[in-house]
Amino acid sequence: MDKMPAWADAILVPLISLILAALLSSLVILGIGENPIDAFQQMVQGALMQSSGWGYTLYYATNFMFTGLCVAVAFHARLFNIGGEGQVALGGLGVALACLYIPWPHWSLALLGSGLAAALFGAAWAFVPAYLTAKRGSHIVITTIMFNFIAASLLNYVLVNVLRPTGAMDPATAKFPEATHLPSFQEMFSTAETVMFRGSPANISFFIAVAACCAVWALLWRTRLGYEIRAFGHSESAAKYAGINPVRITIIAMLISGALAGMMAINSTQGEAERLVLNASEGAGFIGIAVALMGRNHPFGIFLAALLFGFLYQGGAELAFWSGIPRELIVVIQALVILFTGALDNMVRMPLEKLFLAMRKGDA
Amino acid sequence: MDFLTIIQLLDSTIRSATPLLLACLAGLYSERSGIFDIGLEGKMLAAAFFSAAVAYMTGSAWMGLGAGIAASMVLSLIHGVASINFRGNQLISGVAINFLAAGMTVLIAQDWFAQGGRTPSLMSGGRFEPITLPFADALAGVPFLGPIYAELISGHSILVYIAFAMVPLTWWDLFRTRFGLRLRAVGENPESVDTAGVSVIRLRYAAVIICGVLCGIAGAYLATGLQANFTKDMTANRGFIALAALIFAKWRPWYALYACLLFGFLFAIETRFQNIELLGFTLPVQFVQALPYILTVVILAGFVGKAIPPRAGGEPYVKER
Repeated sequence: MDKMPAWADAILVPLISLILAALLSSLVILGIGENPIDAFQQMVQGALMQSSGWGYTLYYATNFMFTGLCVAVAFHARLFNIGGEGQVALGGLGVALACLYIPWPHWSLALLGSGLAAALFGAAWAFVPAYLTAKRGSHIVITTIMFNFIAASLLNYVLVNVLRPTGAMDPATAKFPEATHLPSFQEMFSTAETVMFRGSPANISFFIAVAACCAVWALLWRTRLGYEIRAFGHSESAAKYAGINPVRITIIAMLISGALAGMMAINSTQGEAERLVLNASEGAGFIGIAVALMGRNHPFGIFLAALLFGFLYQGGAELAFWSGIPRELIVVIQALVILFTGALDNMVRMPLEKLFLAMRKGDA
Repeated sequence: MDFLTIIQLLDSTIRSATPLLLACLAGLYSERSGIFDIGLEGKMLAAAFFSAAVAYMTGSAWMGLGAGIAASMVLSLIHGVASINFRGNQLISGVAINFLAAGMTVLIAQDWFAQGGRTPSLMSGGRFEPITLPFADALAGVPFLGPIYAELISGHSILVYIAFAMVPLTWWDLFRTRFGLRLRAVGENPESVDTAGVSVIRLRYAAVIICGVLCGIAGAYLATGLQANFTKDMTANRGFIALAALIFAKWRPWYALYACLLFGFLFAIETRFQNIELLGFTLPVQFVQALPYILTVVILAGFVGKAIPPRAGGEPYVKER
């Protein structure tokens, strides 16, 4: 069967899926007695019309870029890493240990150290499921889900029993030292007259996330390892025949994936909270799935999809603040995006393929 | 620990195990037919909300149960359409269903009741009340066996007995009926079933629908039996623990019962004790919380008995290849 042109596959299919998800979301908003157009305007107003709104949008987008890349790298090796949540949590632990126990002279060195620690911890948490999948034939999805829960319990234990400062009530570490404070967008872009990004959490990690997008692109399409990962994902038997070691590729892909998820913690833990709290990932590990699906597993697509979800997150928070629509609306939109771009992909694709086939026949 | 404490602990085990068992058997039907289902959590959650809401509005627990089952079935059918008709990725579909349920329940709850995503507390008619089995009171005085019968076996809601009755029923259905044979075959080798002239699609839909019904009962039990209202995210990962139990049980009904009782027992311990002293060590409560997941990983890794899933699980069936 003839395929669709590449542009239709890359742009048209996700776009139609997105429109379907948006239409259904509007119906949901209508269903709870609100006006979807007003709601959308409110979201745009809150997320994009002031620089502080942008600051939040970009902050969320930074998180989602990391977790989206995490899911995408694994997807390219046909591994479904649903364990982003756990890897982010462990990355947070790495950041916290690096910030609390090493006396950094300057934030740039602290960022280097904590970024490394975050990546190492995230990768380590992905290693066990990766090893079990590659060597023992466990199912990667189930093991990574289980590791999410184990990570949650582990973090709960560490925060309550080990890292909590004496006398403090809430399960969180002490505040990180001043020297590890990352420059926020407010400090970076404000001039003497005008304050930009007032009070918003966006910080220098955003640029690291963008750099990570570029690095992942270069890795996947410009290196031998990336080629091996993609070949393995396309056909395991062909890859094996070409001399690619499946155990090695599975483990390496998952380590990279876990490291990317872990690095989200430099944005959320070091950049924003400046201490490690329970549930620091705020579900970003799961949103990464939606972002990767929406972005068609391509770093540039993930960049755009992360911005979209950043907008939805910030807009949704504004919406919950100013109208009667709870924040959970975003969870519904997220579910619909995953459903349409992921599970019901063929529902959009099959008629489109037929349409293009018919058009081509008409030309001939 | 005295005798009465043990009885209470086991009693609490049974109550915690019930929703796990129902969800676990639900997953068993689905996965035995070759449809992976990580959306058990979402289906339970949707059922919990709609059963609590309808039970509150009608004052009837049974109406609530019906609504819960219907809600869970709707999600099941979405999963079915995505993974059977459109050959989508079953895992992604399951993830979407979990989020859909998590978001929609709070959204609708806020719209209907305006209590911050909860439903109002149910009055007596809207709940499944504990049933006192015959002679329970009369026999309570008998030493040893009396308390076991009166406290442990008697005094649960009807849904608990339904859940436990489902175990032999599922075993009989899967291993002693024609439907069960075909269901297992379609999960192992759908081509052979198709060649024999039996519809793969119809069988898988049947499994997915049964899965929806059982998840519906599980959710209804949470909101109208175990507790008396719906609260946000009240399933608290029970759907995933049920999934863990299913793997632990190697996709077999009787083992599913044992696995769910074990995990239910861990729940009971966790709620009753904070830290457990064992041979001079102190086990932190978080370790007990993580134990079901750790055990599942160990089982999956094949170090202690290998868990082999149905062979065609997760793969959409394409007729001509």
